[in-house]
Amino acid sequence: MDQLLQFLISGLTVGSIYALVALGFSIIYNASDVVNFAQGEFVMIGAMSAIFLLKDGMPYPAAVFCAIAITVLVGLALDKFAIEPAKNATVVTTIIITIGASIFLRGAALLIWGKEIYGLPPFSGDKPIVIGNATILPQNIWVMVGTGAAVLAVKYFFDKTLMGKAIMACSYNKKAAFLVGINVKQMLLVSYGLSAALGAAAGVLVAPITFMSYNSGVMLGLKGFCAAILGGMGSSMGAVAGGLLLGIIETIGAGFISSGYKDAIAFFVILVVLFIRPSGILGKAESDRV
Amino acid sequence: MKAMVGYCLFALSTIVPAILFPDNYYVTVVGVTICTNIVLAVSLNLLMGYAGQISLGHAAFFGLGAYSSAVLTVKYGIEPWIAMIAGAFMVAVISYILSRPILKLKGHYLAMATLGLGIIVHIFFVQADQLTGGPDGMSGLPVLTIFGIPIDNDIKWYWTFAIFMLLSVLFSLNIARSRSGRALAAVHGSEIAAQMLGVDTAKVKSHIFVFSAVLACITGSLFAHQQDFVSPESFGFFFSIELVTMVVLGGLGSTYGAVVGAIILSLLPELLIVFEDFEVLIFGAILMTIMIFLPQGLFVAMEQAFHNFMNRREQGAANATS
Repeated sequence: MDQLLQFLISGLTVGSIYALVALGFSIIYNASDVVNFAQGEFVMIGAMSAIFLLKDGMPYPAAVFCAIAITVLVGLALDKFAIEPAKNATVVTTIIITIGASIFLRGAALLIWGKEIYGLPPFSGDKPIVIGNATILPQNIWVMVGTGAAVLAVKYFFDKTLMGKAIMACSYNKKAAFLVGINVKQMLLVSYGLSAALGAAAGVLVAPITFMSYNSGVMLGLKGFCAAILGGMGSSMGAVAGGLLLGIIETIGAGFISSGYKDAIAFFVILVVLFIRPSGILGKAESDRV
Repeated sequence: MKAMVGYCLFALSTIVPAILFPDNYYVTVVGVTICTNIVLAVSLNLLMGYAGQISLGHAAFFGLGAYSSAVLTVKYGIEPWIAMIAGAFMVAVISYILSRPILKLKGHYLAMATLGLGIIVHIFFVQADQLTGGPDGMSGLPVLTIFGIPIDNDIKWYWTFAIFMLLSVLFSLNIARSRSGRALAAVHGSEIAAQMLGVDTAKVKSHIFVFSAVLACITGSLFAHQQDFVSPESFGFFFSIELVTMVVLGGLGSTYGAVVGAIILSLLPELLIVFEDFEVLIFGAILMTIMIFLPQGLFVAMEQAFHNFMNRREQGAANATS
């Protein structure tokens, strides 16, 4: 039982990160029907920029802010130079384009930061807090609280602000959105920026717990995709739920079955879910247009 | 007729260099890699290009072939041919069982499922170290003998792969013109319309999935014998992605497109090696650029441009005479 609580704590921590990545996936997917395989690279760029800005003597909060800003610029560039020019591309083609982008970004990161692994110091000390027989690190709390705040902010943005509603309108029907005077191109750009910001936030939050290197984004990106699918592609809150669930399943699987097969367990669960419910747990069943 | 001429030219282009330069690095090493990649790309194109079903886990079947040959021959001392057939049979059964639930999925969900499958198989290769040798891999495979000829040097391997590749390409070209090829094309166009016309779409899709997997598996067995070494690295997520890229880069749905894509992706690393640290960056940039500006694929785009050019010339000639 104590063990279970401990697993739950680490599961929720990892799951929060997956949730942020998955949320990024689903925002871009909603806005542009693109599954952005460079999503994991946003996490890596956010974390690595923060690490190196901090190294160069920038104060911690400023480094975090700049790192997120840098990643947002990368996200905007991705939309402007890779997605927008390829307007009529099919699903497979856009997948290859974003994979190309992720390889490109990894290559750039390799040139700038090299192959070594780096970590960030924790936000506020590393003295574990004891709850019953389980312990929780301050950084774990930061991750969960940070994720919660980001998710609420995104929800507020889409539900309450004019721009958020405009983006939602684009995701329902681009032509109709255009006809009521929404600047669709600009909304896409905002979605990519927002999604990059979420990725960077995930990177900064997790960097004090796991080390980062130029290719750490790959697995995080795939897990985020997994979580987004688990929750039902395109459903934002589904993505968050999928992320948390995936994190918990993975940690419990690693703890009770085998840590070597940790990633395999996550993907196995996904396969089983897809076989039973082909459009995710919270996804709506799709029907084909004939 | 025209198709046969094209095929013969293609066959000649693989045979002539091997006769002229039997010791050249680009024939014995790069040539074998190219042939391997062509078969894999062509087999994936059967599924992706003809039937329209995306797969991000094709390397898994390639790996299962390689590992079944390696494990059965090295650990259990089974004859290479029997090991190869056993591997192919196992993959046929696995892919048949998986085909129905997997191919029921569509679009991104299908991408996720195949990706997951690929990653699970890869993790199995790494983790089941008692069987597979873990991350270090296995070596010491026995020599493969074909019709009494031991395949024991580089140029013999080149011929083996070249013939295997040419047969696969011929097969893939012919399947497009067969009854099942047309059924596949119908599934690609619209699954519901195909069902309405009486095509058993689930059966057609599952057959091509099994076939494509078995072809990749046999390639894997040959690859294991040729390399005399298998390790999980060769069969990971990135290789699956590379295979998809080959198919899409050349032109989805075109056999020669897959061939061209495979050749480009096999040669690019050889050419980019001079850029050293910039290699990855440039590779990503090239990939993006081609897909943004030629989304239908390099080979298909060139083919279209050629047709347009010929048409215009004919028109020009007609205008001149009238």
